[in-house]
Amino acid sequence: MPVRQLDGRPVWQRRTTRRQWAIWAGWFAGVVLFVWCWELMTSRTIWAFVWDAPRQAADIGSRMLPPRWSYIDKLLWPLWDTLNIATLGTLLGIIIAVPVAFLAARNTTPSALFLRPVALFIIVASRSINSLIWALLLVSMIGPGLLAGIIAIGLRSIGFVGKLLYEAIEEIDESQVEAVRATGASGAQVLDYGIVPQILPAFAGISVFRWDINIRESTILGLVGAGGIGLQLQASLNTLAWPQVTMILLLVLGTVLVSEWVSAKVRHAVI
Amino acid sequence: MLRLETLAKRYKTGDHALKGVSLEVGRGQIVGLIGPSGAGKSTLIRCINRLVEPTGGKVFLGDLDLTAMGGADLRRARRRIGMIFQEYALVERLTVMENVLSGRLGYVPFWRSFLRRYPQADVDKAFALLERVGLAEHADKRADELSGGQRQRVGIARALEQDPELLLIDEPTASLDPKTSRQIMRLIREICEEQSLPAVINIHDVLLAKMFVDRIIGLTAGEVVFDGPPGELDDAVLTRIYGAEDWTAMQTAAAEDAEDAAVAHGAHGRHAGEGERSEERLAGLA
Repeated sequence: MPVRQLDGRPVWQRRTTRRQWAIWAGWFAGVVLFVWCWELMTSRTIWAFVWDAPRQAADIGSRMLPPRWSYIDKLLWPLWDTLNIATLGTLLGIIIAVPVAFLAARNTTPSALFLRPVALFIIVASRSINSLIWALLLVSMIGPGLLAGIIAIGLRSIGFVGKLLYEAIEEIDESQVEAVRATGASGAQVLDYGIVPQILPAFAGISVFRWDINIRESTILGLVGAGGIGLQLQASLNTLAWPQVTMILLLVLGTVLVSEWVSAKVRHAVI
Repeated sequence: MLRLETLAKRYKTGDHALKGVSLEVGRGQIVGLIGPSGAGKSTLIRCINRLVEPTGGKVFLGDLDLTAMGGADLRRARRRIGMIFQEYALVERLTVMENVLSGRLGYVPFWRSFLRRYPQADVDKAFALLERVGLAEHADKRADELSGGQRQRVGIARALEQDPELLLIDEPTASLDPKTSRQIMRLIREICEEQSLPAVINIHDVLLAKMFVDRIIGLTAGEVVFDGPPGELDDAVLTRIYGAEDWTAMQTAAAEDAEDAAVAHGAHGRHAGEGERSEERLAGLA
């Protein structure tokens, strides 16, 4: 009750007194937690290493420069592999995610009791496992190479695309769907005319955004043997070939910049 | 033509929206459904084509019992009932032509609608209807580029593209200005007369209803409390439908509004630009 009587006049406050105290208590608990975590962190850190960090960083930095430009000859092919992993993986993810999203959206699911929970579980399961871990599992299952990378990226993308897409489906304007249904349209026609046009911009935006993320993720999949430029990165790290590492990082940076630019352009064009 | 027998609807929330409504609408008759918000007007209209599932009673279209149908039969019945909506309910991101052609969805197989390969007869009809509602040059525009009045014309064309035997019209003018409202109502009236189409129009503007319909049904709390020609709709009846209010003052004010609109319209006509031509042509028909 933020409004109470004081000297016969109504007084308005943003919160009740009890609520205000609860908020103060919340802040206090937050401060206590922070202090406790700080204690824990400092007592378990070997400070000699930390104080030494700037010197170590300078040392590695000096070894990394200049980049070994000529190494690029050996990187272009793995880079192409990386782009393929990202693109094919995104496609695979989208193909599976679209039906899953329609099953998961409250307004399009054919069965809220059974299929919707199943679809939501698929989405959560896919999202909770990082693509690097998917790749680890898949490399041990189907062997090292591009295929493991593509499937790992695809599996991880199902959850991302599925979740954002089903939220977009739940937010559509139902009156347009109702109008299409009123013409005597069949279920597939209602989907095609009433729902798809409304989610198409969201769908394009989500897909390109995920492709952009996947380019970044696929650059490290090679670390666990799933193909692409990450293999080169791991080899260079293992042999302490720092100038090569710099070259790879620069190339990844350039690729990510380009992919971000492309995805921004595409999203701008469809929305 | 259309017959309702003790139609009832009780929502899951316990809301008793319709309490046994019975009425009959003959060929070519335009019925205005008036009543306060929450009286069940929208529910009544949607129970007829079963966008809302009635919980009791029957709906007959000709000899067909709509309430007994399911699946494909229901879809075939729905395509005979054109519907026009309050907020137009066009598919905003599709073109005007696609929206009008969507009136044929109940007639064409999925692959045709998916590939937008409608039979030429349907396309011809769509062009003729766009011409009729004065939007011929807008066929290729996206629906969200049009003004409110233009969108409602697309809505009308879509409903007519169905070759309907009955029109259900839900608050056609609620989002439109007074002048456009009159033009839209006039257009609906003309089209119904041309094709002797019966129509049930849900309308909250009593004066507009009196001007354009043949028969008025007053609905209050899910029950019919008045059924008669617009001429019999006097202050006593309005009080019965809506509760006490100074009806005479309201009607005077509204009449002045109408005059203002007419004056504004006259001034407007003299400087009509290119884009306004269609509106003017329609006004000229009246």
